[in-house]
Amino acid sequence: MSVDAPASAHHLHITATPAALSTIRTFTEGCCHALGLDDEQTFWILLAVEEAITNIIEHAYAGRGGELDIRCWRADDDFYILLHDHGRPFAPETVAPPDLESPLETRSVGGLGLYFMRKLMDEVRFSFDAEGNHLLMVKRHAVG
Amino acid sequence: MSNDSLTIEHQPLKRCDLFRIRGRVDGETAPRLEQALRRVLENGRYKLVLNLAEVTFLSSAGLRVLITIAKECRRFNRGNLYLAAPNQRVQQVLELAGLDELFKTFPTEVEAVGNF
Repeated sequence: MSVDAPASAHHLHITATPAALSTIRTFTEGCCHALGLDDEQTFWILLAVEEAITNIIEHAYAGRGGELDIRCWRADDDFYILLHDHGRPFAPETVAPPDLESPLETRSVGGLGLYFMRKLMDEVRFSFDAEGNHLLMVKRHAVG
Repeated sequence: MSNDSLTIEHQPLKRCDLFRIRGRVDGETAPRLEQALRRVLENGRYKLVLNLAEVTFLSSAGLRVLITIAKECRRFNRGNLYLAAPNQRVQQVLELAGLDELFKTFPTEVEAVGNF
């Protein structure tokens, strides 16, 4: 990963399960506020993070749970969040884009999570190496 | 913002079933919402109104439930799923997903119920 979290980043180590979502949310929300983001920015970052974590729980760990590290920090007025898991490699290019046009009767329900992440964050970067999956999300000008 | 787990209040009415949903609909709680709605469908009732005024968070997991259940309601023209009183955040999430035009939405639950 070309971007490493600074040593001063807020850090949470947790087992990725649906039950962990509320702890992760509380942690992320606390980070956002500590780093100076307002409620509006925090809400949308929480949504992007929730989608990313749900993806890790369902796909990287296929519902079996596994280790997850979350690091948040700020550089100038940009907000960074880095997620690291040891699950199956995630290849975002294999996820079909969501269906945003069809009538409800034929609307497929997949792909929305990744779409939300990309819509809500300014940068969404996936990588995989010997240590697992890394996902970096950046919100530019999140503060001020 | 954090301590707002999901609560679901179900009120069977003559014309339809009204659900008042409060709190978060996310990856953790969406299965519970689906279960509650599905229980009504299993009783042969396909006209649902979901009051979303007090939903504080809605993720794609929640949207998947809304889409899945609405599809089942509409099959064979036997019913529908109406949304009532979505707050600004919920409305913004629906718009983000391109779903705001697909669900029939009413400013109040009374109007939604009255349309069945």
